[in-house]
Amino acid sequence: MIYGVILNDAASLKKIGSLDEAPYKGAPKAPVLYIKPANTQVADGAVVTLPAGASAVEIGATLGLVMGRAASRLSADNALAAVEGVVLAGDLSLPHSSYYRPAIREKCFDGSLPLGALKPLGDIAKLTLVTEIDGQIVAQRAFADLIRPPAQLLADVTEFMTLARGDILLVGVSYMAPQAAAGSQVKISADGLGSLQFTIAQGAQQ
Amino acid sequence: MKHGRIAWQGAIHEVTPAGDGKLRLADGRYVAESEVVWLPPVAVNTVFTLALNYADHAKELAFKAPEYPIVFLKGPNTIIGHKALTRRPADATYMHYECELAVIIGKSGYRVSKERAMEIVAGYSVANDYAIRDYLENYYRPNLRVKNRDGCTPLGPWMVDRDDIADPMKLTLTTRINGKTTQTGTTADMIFDIPALIEYLSSFMTLAPGDVILTGTPEGLADTKAGDVIETEIENIGCLINTIADDATFFAAAR
Repeated sequence: MIYGVILNDAASLKKIGSLDEAPYKGAPKAPVLYIKPANTQVADGAVVTLPAGASAVEIGATLGLVMGRAASRLSADNALAAVEGVVLAGDLSLPHSSYYRPAIREKCFDGSLPLGALKPLGDIAKLTLVTEIDGQIVAQRAFADLIRPPAQLLADVTEFMTLARGDILLVGVSYMAPQAAAGSQVKISADGLGSLQFTIAQGAQQ
Repeated sequence: MKHGRIAWQGAIHEVTPAGDGKLRLADGRYVAESEVVWLPPVAVNTVFTLALNYADHAKELAFKAPEYPIVFLKGPNTIIGHKALTRRPADATYMHYECELAVIIGKSGYRVSKERAMEIVAGYSVANDYAIRDYLENYYRPNLRVKNRDGCTPLGPWMVDRDDIADPMKLTLTTRINGKTTQTGTTADMIFDIPALIEYLSSFMTLAPGDVILTGTPEGLADTKAGDVIETEIENIGCLINTIADDATFFAAAR
Protein backbone atom coordinates (compact mmCIF):
# COMPACT_ATOMS: atom_id res chain seq x y z
CA MET A 1 0.00 0.00 0.00
CA ILE A 2 1.14 3.54 -0.64
CA TYR A 3 0.52 6.43 1.73
CA GLY A 4 1.22 10.12 1.26
CA VAL A 5 1.14 13.29 3.30
CA ILE A 6 0.17 16.88 2.47
CA LEU A 7 1.22 20.15 4.10
CA ASN A 8 4.54 18.67 5.19
CA ASP A 9 6.79 21.54 4.13
CA ALA A 10 7.12 25.13 5.30
CA ALA A 11 6.66 26.55 1.79
CA SER A 12 3.28 24.83 1.35
CA LEU A 13 2.05 25.88 4.76
CA LYS A 14 3.03 29.46 4.02
CA LYS A 15 1.29 29.35 0.64
CA ILE A 16 -2.01 27.96 1.92
CA GLY A 17 -2.16 30.76 4.51
CA SER A 18 -4.29 30.84 7.64
CA LEU A 19 -5.93 27.56 8.61
CA ASP A 20 -7.76 28.98 11.60
CA GLU A 21 -11.11 29.49 9.88
CA ALA A 22 -13.70 26.91 8.82
CA PRO A 23 -13.56 24.29 7.53
CA TYR A 24 -10.12 23.56 9.04
CA LYS A 25 -10.48 25.41 12.36
CA GLY A 26 -6.80 25.07 13.20
CA ALA A 27 -3.52 23.83 11.78
CA PRO A 28 -3.19 20.04 11.48
CA LYS A 29 -1.80 18.23 14.52
CA ALA A 30 -1.10 14.78 13.11
CA PRO A 31 0.35 14.18 9.61
CA VAL A 32 -2.41 14.70 7.01
CA LEU A 33 -2.36 11.37 5.22
CA TYR A 34 -3.97 9.92 2.13
CA ILE A 35 -3.83 6.58 0.35
CA LYS A 36 -2.77 5.89 -3.23
CA PRO A 37 -4.35 2.49 -3.91
CA ALA A 38 -3.00 -0.27 -6.17
CA ASN A 39 -4.68 1.03 -9.34
CA THR A 40 -2.67 4.26 -9.18
CA GLN A 41 0.80 2.74 -9.39
CA VAL A 42 2.54 2.82 -12.79
CA ALA A 43 6.18 2.64 -13.88
CA ASP A 44 8.61 4.96 -15.64
CA GLY A 45 7.48 5.64 -19.20
CA ALA A 46 3.75 5.30 -18.46
CA VAL A 47 1.01 7.05 -20.38
CA VAL A 48 -1.47 8.35 -17.79
CA THR A 49 -4.99 8.89 -19.10
CA LEU A 50 -6.94 11.50 -17.15
CA PRO A 51 -10.46 10.74 -15.88
CA ALA A 52 -13.36 11.82 -18.06
CA GLY A 53 -13.87 15.56 -17.96
CA ALA A 54 -10.36 16.43 -16.68
CA SER A 55 -7.91 18.31 -18.89
CA ALA A 56 -5.01 19.11 -16.53
CA VAL A 57 -3.32 17.56 -13.54
CA GLU A 58 -1.06 18.75 -10.72
CA ILE A 59 2.39 17.16 -10.80
CA GLY A 60 3.23 16.47 -7.16
CA ALA A 61 6.90 15.60 -7.46
CA THR A 62 8.02 13.86 -4.31
CA LEU A 63 10.02 11.01 -2.81
CA GLY A 64 8.72 7.70 -1.56
CA LEU A 65 10.29 5.86 1.37
CA VAL A 66 10.13 2.13 0.61
CA MET A 67 9.80 0.00 3.72
CA GLY A 68 12.25 -2.87 4.11
CA ARG A 69 10.36 -4.53 6.93
CA ALA A 70 7.14 -4.32 8.89
CA ALA A 71 7.28 -1.14 10.94
CA SER A 72 5.11 -0.28 13.92
CA ARG A 73 5.54 2.26 16.72
CA LEU A 74 8.95 3.32 15.49
CA SER A 75 10.92 5.94 17.36
CA ALA A 76 12.46 8.71 15.31
CA ASP A 77 15.93 7.62 16.49
CA ASN A 78 15.89 4.36 14.59
CA ALA A 79 13.01 4.76 12.13
CA LEU A 80 15.25 4.99 9.07
CA ALA A 81 16.59 1.49 9.77
CA ALA A 82 13.21 0.17 8.57
CA VAL A 83 13.57 1.89 5.19
CA GLU A 84 14.96 -0.10 2.30
CA GLY A 85 15.39 2.81 -0.10
CA VAL A 86 13.80 5.71 -1.89
CA VAL A 87 11.95 6.20 -5.19
CA LEU A 88 11.05 9.23 -7.26
CA ALA A 89 7.29 9.69 -7.39
CA GLY A 90 4.93 11.74 -9.50
CA ASP A 91 1.89 12.04 -7.25
CA LEU A 92 -0.73 13.25 -9.71
CA SER A 93 -3.84 15.05 -8.48
CA LEU A 94 -6.72 16.74 -10.21
CA PRO A 95 -6.56 20.30 -8.85
CA HIS A 96 -8.54 20.65 -5.62
CA SER A 97 -8.43 23.77 -3.50
CA SER A 98 -10.04 22.30 -0.38
CA TYR A 99 -8.40 19.66 1.78
CA TYR A 100 -11.46 19.25 3.97
CA ARG A 101 -12.82 16.02 2.46
CA PRO A 102 -10.84 13.03 1.19
CA ALA A 103 -9.91 13.65 -2.45
CA ILE A 104 -10.53 10.21 -3.90
CA ARG A 105 -11.53 11.14 -7.44
CA GLU A 106 -8.77 13.75 -7.49
CA LYS A 107 -5.96 11.53 -6.20
CA CYS A 108 -6.89 7.89 -6.91
CA PHE A 109 -7.62 7.73 -10.62
CA ASP A 110 -5.90 4.98 -12.59
CA GLY A 111 -2.21 5.65 -13.19
CA SER A 112 -1.99 8.65 -10.85
CA LEU A 113 1.25 7.51 -9.24
CA PRO A 114 4.22 6.97 -11.57
CA LEU A 115 7.11 5.60 -9.50
CA GLY A 116 10.81 5.40 -10.34
CA ALA A 117 13.38 2.74 -9.56
CA LEU A 118 14.47 1.91 -6.01
CA LYS A 119 17.63 3.78 -4.93
CA PRO A 120 19.55 3.84 -1.65
CA LEU A 121 18.26 6.30 0.93
CA GLY A 122 20.65 9.22 1.46
CA ASP A 123 20.16 12.57 3.17
CA ILE A 124 17.07 13.85 1.39
CA ALA A 125 17.46 17.29 3.00
CA LYS A 126 20.26 17.81 0.48
CA LEU A 127 18.19 16.80 -2.56
CA THR A 128 16.49 19.02 -5.11
CA LEU A 129 13.75 17.54 -7.28
CA VAL A 130 13.39 19.11 -10.70
CA THR A 131 10.07 18.90 -12.58
CA GLU A 132 10.07 19.52 -16.32
CA ILE A 133 7.00 19.74 -18.55
CA ASP A 134 7.75 19.43 -22.26
CA GLY A 135 11.41 20.18 -21.58
CA GLN A 136 10.80 23.36 -19.53
CA ILE A 137 11.68 23.42 -15.85
CA VAL A 138 8.47 24.31 -13.96
CA ALA A 139 9.48 23.52 -10.38
CA GLN A 140 12.58 22.92 -8.31
CA ARG A 141 11.86 21.55 -4.94
CA ALA A 142 14.17 21.10 -1.96
CA PHE A 143 13.47 18.90 1.06
CA ALA A 144 15.28 20.98 3.66
CA ASP A 145 12.04 22.57 4.97
CA LEU A 146 10.02 19.47 5.83
CA ILE A 147 7.81 19.84 8.90
CA ARG A 148 8.38 16.18 9.60
CA PRO A 149 11.58 14.84 8.03
CA PRO A 150 11.47 11.12 7.13
CA ALA A 151 12.38 9.72 10.55
CA GLN A 152 9.81 11.86 12.41
CA LEU A 153 7.16 11.20 9.76
CA LEU A 154 7.68 7.44 10.10
CA ALA A 155 7.46 7.69 13.88
CA ASP A 156 4.21 9.67 13.78
CA VAL A 157 2.57 7.47 11.13
CA THR A 158 3.55 4.13 12.66
CA GLU A 159 2.26 5.29 16.03
CA PHE A 160 -1.19 4.17 14.87
CA MET A 161 -0.70 2.17 11.68
CA THR A 162 1.75 -0.57 10.82
CA LEU A 163 3.57 -0.25 7.52
CA ALA A 164 4.30 -3.55 5.79
CA ARG A 165 7.43 -4.51 3.90
CA GLY A 166 7.16 -2.96 0.46
CA ASP A 167 4.74 -0.24 1.56
CA ILE A 168 5.72 3.24 0.42
CA LEU A 169 5.37 6.49 2.37
CA LEU A 170 5.51 9.63 0.22
CA VAL A 171 7.13 12.48 2.14
CA GLY A 172 4.90 15.28 0.86
CA VAL A 173 3.78 17.19 -2.22
CA SER A 174 3.85 20.96 -2.72
CA TYR A 175 0.61 22.88 -2.26
CA MET A 176 -0.65 23.92 -5.69
CA ALA A 177 2.11 22.10 -7.57
CA PRO A 178 2.53 22.97 -11.27
CA GLN A 179 -0.13 21.64 -13.63
CA ALA A 180 0.42 19.71 -16.83
CA ALA A 181 -2.14 19.71 -19.61
CA ALA A 182 -3.21 16.62 -21.53
CA GLY A 183 -0.56 15.83 -24.13
CA SER A 184 2.35 16.93 -21.92
CA GLN A 185 5.56 15.01 -21.38
CA VAL A 186 6.66 15.18 -17.76
CA LYS A 187 10.09 14.48 -16.27
CA ILE A 188 11.02 14.42 -12.59
CA SER A 189 14.69 14.05 -11.68
CA ALA A 190 17.18 14.47 -8.85
CA ASP A 191 20.93 14.04 -8.57
CA GLY A 192 21.69 10.44 -7.70
CA LEU A 193 18.11 9.25 -8.15
CA GLY A 194 17.92 9.28 -11.95
CA SER A 195 14.69 10.37 -13.57
CA LEU A 196 11.04 9.43 -13.93
CA GLN A 197 9.15 10.24 -17.14
CA PHE A 198 5.52 9.92 -18.13
CA THR A 199 2.96 11.32 -20.55
CA ILE A 200 -0.41 12.84 -19.69
CA ALA A 201 -3.19 11.80 -22.08
CA GLN A 202 -6.69 13.25 -22.46
CA GLY A 203 -9.46 11.09 -21.05
CA ALA A 204 -12.85 10.38 -22.50
CA GLN A 205 -15.43 13.13 -22.85
CA GLN A 206 -17.73 13.50 -19.86
CA MET B 1 -23.38 -20.07 -0.02
CA LYS B 2 -21.41 -18.56 2.86
CA HIS B 3 -17.61 -18.55 2.63
CA GLY B 4 -15.15 -17.93 5.44
CA ARG B 5 -11.38 -17.93 5.77
CA ILE B 6 -9.64 -19.31 8.82
CA ALA B 7 -6.23 -20.25 10.13
CA TRP B 8 -6.06 -23.78 11.52
CA GLN B 9 -3.39 -26.45 11.79
CA GLY B 10 -0.69 -24.27 10.31
CA ALA B 11 -2.50 -23.22 7.17
CA ILE B 12 -5.12 -20.83 5.84
CA HIS B 13 -8.33 -22.54 4.76
CA GLU B 14 -11.48 -21.52 2.98
CA VAL B 15 -14.47 -22.90 4.86
CA THR B 16 -18.23 -23.16 4.68
CA PRO B 17 -20.62 -23.50 7.63
CA ALA B 18 -21.51 -27.10 8.47
CA GLY B 19 -23.99 -26.54 11.33
CA ASP B 20 -23.60 -27.43 15.01
CA GLY B 21 -20.75 -24.93 15.39
CA LYS B 22 -18.66 -26.75 12.83
CA LEU B 23 -16.91 -25.63 9.67
CA ARG B 24 -16.20 -27.67 6.56
CA LEU B 25 -12.79 -27.36 4.90
CA ALA B 26 -12.33 -27.67 1.15
CA ASP B 27 -10.72 -31.12 1.59
CA GLY B 28 -13.79 -32.46 3.41
CA ARG B 29 -12.48 -32.23 6.98
CA TYR B 30 -14.59 -30.65 9.71
CA VAL B 31 -13.39 -28.42 12.51
CA ALA B 32 -15.16 -26.80 15.45
CA GLU B 33 -15.48 -23.02 15.13
CA SER B 34 -14.06 -22.69 18.64
CA GLU B 35 -10.73 -24.12 17.46
CA VAL B 36 -10.01 -21.75 14.61
CA VAL B 37 -8.71 -18.22 14.11
CA TRP B 38 -11.02 -16.26 11.86
CA LEU B 39 -9.49 -14.20 9.06
CA PRO B 40 -11.28 -11.61 6.94
CA PRO B 41 -13.35 -13.58 4.39
CA VAL B 42 -11.29 -12.17 1.51
CA ALA B 43 -7.71 -10.95 1.28
CA VAL B 44 -8.60 -7.31 0.69
CA ASN B 45 -7.25 -5.14 -2.09
CA THR B 46 -8.51 -1.51 -2.03
CA VAL B 47 -11.02 -0.80 0.74
CA PHE B 48 -13.44 2.10 0.21
CA THR B 49 -15.64 3.48 2.97
CA LEU B 50 -18.60 5.82 2.73
CA ALA B 51 -19.05 8.71 5.11
CA LEU B 52 -22.54 10.06 5.74
CA ASN B 53 -24.28 7.60 3.44
CA TYR B 54 -27.39 7.25 5.59
CA ALA B 55 -29.64 10.26 5.83
CA ASP B 56 -30.42 9.70 9.51
CA HIS B 57 -26.72 9.36 10.40
CA ALA B 58 -25.84 12.54 8.49
CA LYS B 59 -28.53 14.30 10.52
CA GLU B 60 -27.22 12.75 13.73
CA LEU B 61 -23.80 14.26 13.01
CA ALA B 62 -25.42 17.59 12.01
CA PHE B 63 -24.51 17.37 8.34
CA LYS B 64 -26.62 17.92 5.28
CA ALA B 65 -26.86 14.84 3.07
CA PRO B 66 -24.00 15.02 0.53
CA GLU B 67 -24.56 15.68 -3.17
CA TYR B 68 -21.94 13.12 -4.22
CA PRO B 69 -20.51 10.16 -2.31
CA ILE B 70 -17.95 11.07 0.37
CA VAL B 71 -15.46 8.25 0.13
CA PHE B 72 -12.30 7.52 2.08
CA LEU B 73 -9.85 4.64 1.83
CA LYS B 74 -8.43 2.13 4.27
CA GLY B 75 -5.20 0.16 4.23
CA PRO B 76 -4.86 -3.57 4.93
CA ASN B 77 -3.43 -2.81 8.39
CA THR B 78 -6.86 -1.93 9.73
CA ILE B 79 -8.74 -5.03 8.55
CA ILE B 80 -9.09 -7.93 10.99
CA GLY B 81 -11.32 -10.99 11.20
CA HIS B 82 -14.21 -12.16 13.37
CA LYS B 83 -13.72 -12.60 17.14
CA ALA B 84 -10.57 -10.51 17.39
CA LEU B 85 -9.51 -7.75 19.77
CA THR B 86 -9.57 -4.07 18.85
CA ARG B 87 -7.48 -1.67 20.89
CA ARG B 88 -8.95 1.34 22.62
CA PRO B 89 -5.96 3.61 23.34
CA ALA B 90 -5.70 4.95 26.90
CA ASP B 91 -6.27 8.56 25.81
CA ALA B 92 -9.46 7.87 23.82
CA THR B 93 -12.66 9.31 25.29
CA TYR B 94 -15.09 8.46 22.48
CA MET B 95 -14.63 5.33 20.37
CA HIS B 96 -17.73 4.23 18.50
CA TYR B 97 -18.60 1.28 16.27
CA GLU B 98 -20.25 1.56 12.86
CA CYS B 99 -22.13 -1.46 11.49
CA GLU B 100 -21.79 -1.47 7.70
CA LEU B 101 -22.75 -3.66 4.77
CA ALA B 102 -19.53 -4.60 2.96
CA VAL B 103 -19.75 -5.17 -0.79
CA ILE B 104 -17.01 -7.43 -2.13
CA ILE B 105 -15.99 -6.93 -5.75
CA GLY B 106 -15.40 -10.11 -7.77
CA LYS B 107 -14.56 -8.85 -11.26
CA SER B 108 -12.61 -5.94 -12.69
CA GLY B 109 -14.63 -3.00 -13.92
CA TYR B 110 -13.98 0.50 -15.31
CA ARG B 111 -16.77 2.95 -16.14
CA VAL B 112 -19.43 0.44 -15.10
CA SER B 113 -23.00 1.73 -15.42
CA LYS B 114 -25.52 1.43 -12.60
CA GLU B 115 -27.46 -1.02 -14.73
CA ARG B 116 -24.49 -3.41 -14.96
CA ALA B 117 -22.90 -2.67 -11.59
CA MET B 118 -24.14 -5.79 -9.82
CA GLU B 119 -22.39 -7.98 -12.40
CA ILE B 120 -19.01 -7.23 -10.78
CA VAL B 121 -20.17 -7.91 -7.20
CA ALA B 122 -19.04 -11.24 -5.71
CA GLY B 123 -20.92 -10.99 -2.43
CA TYR B 124 -21.45 -9.29 0.89
CA SER B 125 -20.03 -9.25 4.37
CA VAL B 126 -20.35 -7.29 7.62
CA ALA B 127 -17.86 -4.62 8.68
CA ASN B 128 -17.45 -2.72 11.91
CA ASP B 129 -15.82 0.59 11.00
CA TYR B 130 -14.62 1.83 14.41
CA ALA B 131 -13.78 5.50 14.79
CA ILE B 132 -11.93 7.24 17.60
CA ARG B 133 -13.32 10.72 17.46
CA ASP B 134 -10.70 12.22 19.77
CA TYR B 135 -8.33 12.16 16.79
CA LEU B 136 -10.69 13.80 14.31
CA GLU B 137 -9.21 16.69 12.33
CA ASN B 138 -10.66 18.70 9.46
CA TYR B 139 -8.17 17.59 6.82
CA TYR B 140 -9.17 14.81 4.43
CA ARG B 141 -11.83 14.15 7.07
CA PRO B 142 -12.37 11.53 8.35
CA ASN B 143 -8.60 11.31 8.68
CA LEU B 144 -6.56 8.12 8.80
CA ARG B 145 -5.72 8.51 12.48
CA VAL B 146 -9.46 8.16 13.19
CA LYS B 147 -10.30 5.49 10.62
CA ASN B 148 -7.19 3.59 9.58
CA ARG B 149 -5.74 2.46 12.88
CA ASP B 150 -4.33 -1.05 13.15
CA GLY B 151 -7.09 -3.59 13.69
CA CYS B 152 -9.91 -1.04 13.84
CA THR B 153 -12.02 -2.50 11.02
CA PRO B 154 -13.27 -6.02 11.73
CA LEU B 155 -14.70 -7.76 8.64
CA GLY B 156 -16.60 -11.05 8.45
CA PRO B 157 -17.26 -13.71 9.47
CA TRP B 158 -18.67 -14.66 6.07
CA MET B 159 -18.83 -13.57 2.50
CA VAL B 160 -22.32 -14.42 1.29
CA ASP B 161 -22.67 -14.93 -2.47
CA ARG B 162 -24.39 -12.08 -4.29
CA ASP B 163 -27.11 -14.30 -5.73
CA ASP B 164 -28.12 -15.54 -2.27
CA ILE B 165 -29.32 -12.06 -1.30
CA ALA B 166 -32.45 -11.12 -3.21
CA ASP B 167 -32.36 -7.41 -2.29
CA PRO B 168 -29.24 -6.03 -0.60
CA MET B 169 -30.98 -2.67 -0.31
CA LYS B 170 -33.50 -4.07 2.17
CA LEU B 171 -31.47 -5.60 5.01
CA THR B 172 -31.69 -4.83 8.72
CA LEU B 173 -28.50 -3.74 10.49
CA THR B 174 -28.14 -4.17 14.25
CA THR B 175 -25.37 -3.43 16.72
CA ARG B 176 -25.30 -4.72 20.28
CA ILE B 177 -22.96 -3.80 23.12
CA ASN B 178 -22.75 -6.69 25.59
CA GLY B 179 -26.04 -8.01 24.22
CA LYS B 180 -27.95 -4.72 24.43
CA THR B 181 -29.12 -3.29 21.11
CA THR B 182 -27.78 0.21 20.51
CA GLN B 183 -28.06 0.66 16.74
CA THR B 184 -30.69 -0.47 14.28
CA GLY B 185 -31.26 0.55 10.70
CA THR B 186 -31.92 -0.68 7.22
CA THR B 187 -29.84 -0.57 4.06
CA ALA B 188 -32.96 0.86 2.39
CA ASP B 189 -31.95 4.22 3.93
CA MET B 190 -28.65 4.52 2.05
CA ILE B 191 -28.32 7.80 0.17
CA PHE B 192 -26.16 6.28 -2.59
CA ASP B 193 -27.08 2.63 -3.20
CA ILE B 194 -24.66 -0.10 -4.28
CA PRO B 195 -25.06 0.41 -8.06
CA ALA B 196 -24.61 4.19 -7.68
CA LEU B 197 -21.43 3.70 -5.64
CA ILE B 198 -19.95 1.27 -8.18
CA GLU B 199 -20.79 3.62 -11.05
CA TYR B 200 -19.21 6.56 -9.21
CA LEU B 201 -15.99 4.82 -8.13
CA SER B 202 -15.44 3.07 -11.46
CA SER B 203 -15.90 6.38 -13.31
CA PHE B 204 -12.30 7.27 -12.42
CA MET B 205 -10.67 4.08 -11.18
CA THR B 206 -10.65 0.43 -12.12
CA LEU B 207 -12.31 -1.72 -9.49
CA ALA B 208 -10.58 -5.07 -8.98
CA PRO B 209 -11.35 -8.45 -7.40
CA GLY B 210 -10.84 -8.17 -3.64
CA ASP B 211 -11.85 -4.51 -3.52
CA VAL B 212 -14.36 -3.92 -0.75
CA ILE B 213 -16.86 -1.08 -0.42
CA LEU B 214 -18.06 -0.36 3.12
CA THR B 215 -21.34 1.37 2.46
CA GLY B 216 -21.76 3.56 5.55
CA THR B 217 -23.71 3.30 8.78
CA PRO B 218 -27.13 4.39 10.07
CA GLU B 219 -27.70 6.41 13.23
CA GLY B 220 -27.16 4.97 16.68
CA LEU B 221 -23.56 5.62 17.64
CA ALA B 222 -22.39 4.85 21.15
CA ASP B 223 -19.11 4.82 23.02
CA THR B 224 -17.44 1.48 23.64
CA LYS B 225 -15.32 0.62 26.65
CA ALA B 226 -12.53 -1.87 27.24
CA GLY B 227 -14.00 -5.33 27.72
CA ASP B 228 -17.16 -4.59 25.76
CA VAL B 229 -18.25 -7.27 23.30
CA ILE B 230 -19.57 -5.62 20.15
CA GLU B 231 -21.81 -7.55 17.79
CA THR B 232 -22.52 -6.00 14.41
CA GLU B 233 -25.13 -8.01 12.55
CA ILE B 234 -26.77 -7.75 9.15
CA GLU B 235 -29.80 -9.81 8.27
CA ASN B 236 -28.88 -12.89 6.21
CA ILE B 237 -25.21 -11.84 6.01
CA GLY B 238 -23.87 -12.64 9.45
CA CYS B 239 -23.02 -11.51 12.95
CA LEU B 240 -19.51 -10.11 13.42
CA ILE B 241 -18.15 -10.17 16.97
CA ASN B 242 -15.31 -8.05 18.30
CA THR B 243 -14.00 -7.27 21.76
CA ILE B 244 -12.57 -3.92 22.87
CA ALA B 245 -9.24 -4.14 24.69
CA ASP B 246 -7.40 -1.55 26.75
CA ASP B 247 -3.68 -1.05 26.16
CA ALA B 248 -2.61 -3.47 28.89
CA THR B 249 -4.84 -6.26 27.61
CA PHE B 250 -4.05 -5.60 23.97
CA PHE B 251 -0.30 -5.60 24.34
CA ALA B 252 -0.38 -8.50 26.80
CA ALA B 253 -2.39 -10.51 24.29
CA ALA B 254 0.19 -9.66 21.67
CA ARG B 255 3.03 -11.12 23.74
